[in-house]
Amino acid sequence: MKRTTLMLAVGTLAAAGFTGQAWAQVKEQFVPASFYWVGPYAPGGSGIAGGMLDYFKMLNTRDGGINGVKLTWEKCETEYNNARGVECYERLKKKGPTGATLIHPLSTGITYSLIEKGTTDKIPIVSVGYGRTDAADGRVFPYIFPIITTYWSQNTAKIKFMGQKMGGMDKLKGAKIVNLYHGSAYGKETIPVLDAQAKQYGFQVTHIEVSHPGNEQQAQWLQIRQIKPDWVILRGWGVMNPTALKAAQRAGYPREKIIGVWWSGAEEDVIPAGDAAKGYIAAGFNVSGSNYPVVQDIQKHVYAKGQGEMEDKSRVGSIYYNRGVVFGMITTEAVRKAQERYGKGQPMTGEQVRWGLENLNMDEAYLKNLGATGFMQPLKMSCADHEGGGQVKFQQWDGKQWKVISDWISSDQKLVRPMIEASAAQYAKEKGITPRDCSKEK
Amino acid sequence: MFYREAGQFKSSYAEDQQIFPIRQDRIGITALLLVVFVAVPLLGDQYWLSAIFTPLLIFALAALGLNILTGYAGQLSLGTAAFMAVGAFMAYNFMLRLPWLGVIPSFILAGLCAAAVGVVFGLPSLRIKGFYLAVATLACQFFVLWAIQRWGWITNYSASGVITAQKMVILGFPFDTPALKYLLTLSIVTLLALLAKNLMRSETGRAFMAVRDMDVAAEVIGIRMMHTKLLAFAISSFYCGVAGAMYAFCYLGTVEPEAFTLDLSFRVLFMIIIGGTGSILGSFIGAAFITLLPIFLNVMFGGISHLLGVEIPHAVISNLELIIFGALIIFFLIVEPHGLARLWQIAKEKLRLWPFPH
Repeated sequence: MKRTTLMLAVGTLAAAGFTGQAWAQVKEQFVPASFYWVGPYAPGGSGIAGGMLDYFKMLNTRDGGINGVKLTWEKCETEYNNARGVECYERLKKKGPTGATLIHPLSTGITYSLIEKGTTDKIPIVSVGYGRTDAADGRVFPYIFPIITTYWSQNTAKIKFMGQKMGGMDKLKGAKIVNLYHGSAYGKETIPVLDAQAKQYGFQVTHIEVSHPGNEQQAQWLQIRQIKPDWVILRGWGVMNPTALKAAQRAGYPREKIIGVWWSGAEEDVIPAGDAAKGYIAAGFNVSGSNYPVVQDIQKHVYAKGQGEMEDKSRVGSIYYNRGVVFGMITTEAVRKAQERYGKGQPMTGEQVRWGLENLNMDEAYLKNLGATGFMQPLKMSCADHEGGGQVKFQQWDGKQWKVISDWISSDQKLVRPMIEASAAQYAKEKGITPRDCSKEK
Repeated sequence: MFYREAGQFKSSYAEDQQIFPIRQDRIGITALLLVVFVAVPLLGDQYWLSAIFTPLLIFALAALGLNILTGYAGQLSLGTAAFMAVGAFMAYNFMLRLPWLGVIPSFILAGLCAAAVGVVFGLPSLRIKGFYLAVATLACQFFVLWAIQRWGWITNYSASGVITAQKMVILGFPFDTPALKYLLTLSIVTLLALLAKNLMRSETGRAFMAVRDMDVAAEVIGIRMMHTKLLAFAISSFYCGVAGAMYAFCYLGTVEPEAFTLDLSFRVLFMIIIGGTGSILGSFIGAAFITLLPIFLNVMFGGISHLLGVEIPHAVISNLELIIFGALIIFFLIVEPHGLARLWQIAKEKLRLWPFPH
């Protein structure tokens, strides 16, 4: 235990050293950047971190921050590990003049671990396109924001897309769909909604698990070959995706019939599979490409000065990078909205940013202003609805790049929302939470 | 000069057999306990309590559990994380299904469940030894995780397999702040560490060590092999189970089966190898080394890049952390193969002679 005390002393010294000098100025908005740059999921973590921080840098140089409030951040390595993620959150939550603005945990597991902590500390936990689905019910989860689309929503959009491709939702009757999922909380999240939809539309669904990390899938694809499904939903993450595509090629299953979730639809997922990936379709809530004004501005204000986050500059404009830019835009626009109410040019607290998030309304005109028309979907949040969008675009890999092949396809909120509310109500009952009355929120 | 036992005479068996026979040690340990029980909760902020000390104590307990089995009884095991998972998920189930039971009895029952699983998977130890046994315990690791993921009952049919720990209320008093959770963890860990220390000085502990040092000889002098080995598995799994329950309830608040992968088993094994096998203190030092060093390196590199004013690419820093961490492990294993606890022991011996070495 003596060694602990020593380490503690050194650690305090080191921590005190750089907190003391860094936050002397007041007009700063601090955002924790707890992502991962090492480990099996590093391509996703580093790309998203780069996109978000580059967007902050661009805003700081181009506009001088948000109404004069400069964005600051500190990086923390989570290794996609819950314990490290919680440590990062605890380390960073009190930094800056007003504490952490909000946090992107970038891991479903870490999001789960932070739900109660964020609610107690009044720091919004923003999980864009991942995390706990039923947290979209803002009455029960006031500080949790699974923005843009939850796993359940995007899954219904996928079924809709399949229906469109087959020539009508009624054609789904009798169809066979295989749900090939990563054996983790993330992978299992969509099973109930798929079962519900199978009943609704009369298709058959088979759930096949691939155990972590997913580099062994022969048995699964043998089973798929026997089932001969009309569609395969690929709910993979990391190395599981290229492996699945290669195994599909070997099993002779057409890649045009494989539809991936957005964590299976980046350049890093298809390039390792080479030829096998050609024709593969994936959902996405953001698109790739660097010909959008917002990405051009990042090139001009950040990379032209050699201050970019990405060492490999060709990744600017890739799926993960652009997703990071979306993370950045949601963060800054929530702060901007909060400033409208609580004082322009002031740093905002987590509680104020929560109001900003709940009242965020990014319509087409707003997105055009940001230089992001078509880059992400319009977003309208409310006290009850912490999801705010629910639309998905589908894109196909042509061997060189992702080509968008559909318009924004909206999800089936009529089916999803009652399931979310029922699940949230059960959580509220277990935890003894009285849901907020949203009509009384100002 | 200050640290020596000259003049401390023992006049009774009780005095001769106490845990810390040297007065300076007793003063030291009392001071340490005062610091961790009183000063730390008063002075430590939320970060230190909930992100550093609480996980450190929990991992120390898990390491202690493995140390009983591997360090004292000589049975190599790679199932630590599985036993922790049994503890975490069963504590959740006892709290959910038998709410009148209370927190502490739930933890104890969860520990007993883990002990039962430990005994079952300890059975192969009667026939196989060493690395072969480690492979047999691997089966436990995979089976337990498989069971938790497949049997919906264990996670109360949660779609994602994630459980959320219930609120901890003991005798009507809620343990909901980081300081209180820390104190609860500390009390349990202190109690169990004391029990382990005494157990290892008892007949049972000596039987464990005899089995470790040479099982044939141990059998010849009349130590029952089956009884001793299975007891070691049971006690060790009980400790790991309680650590797992606290990991869920006092630390993270939610757990998923993936938190208890083989990776965690290896981490706990590294803790006892670096801290010192067959040493209570070593479990604590090893847990501190493995859990705190990566965080310390992360903070230190942040500070360095800030002081120098140059931005080092973060991917480089993250990878450098892993490299330094690995290098330090190798360094310590070469310098002191018996673990950091041995260094402390050597320091104590040197102190006794200081300032007049032979």
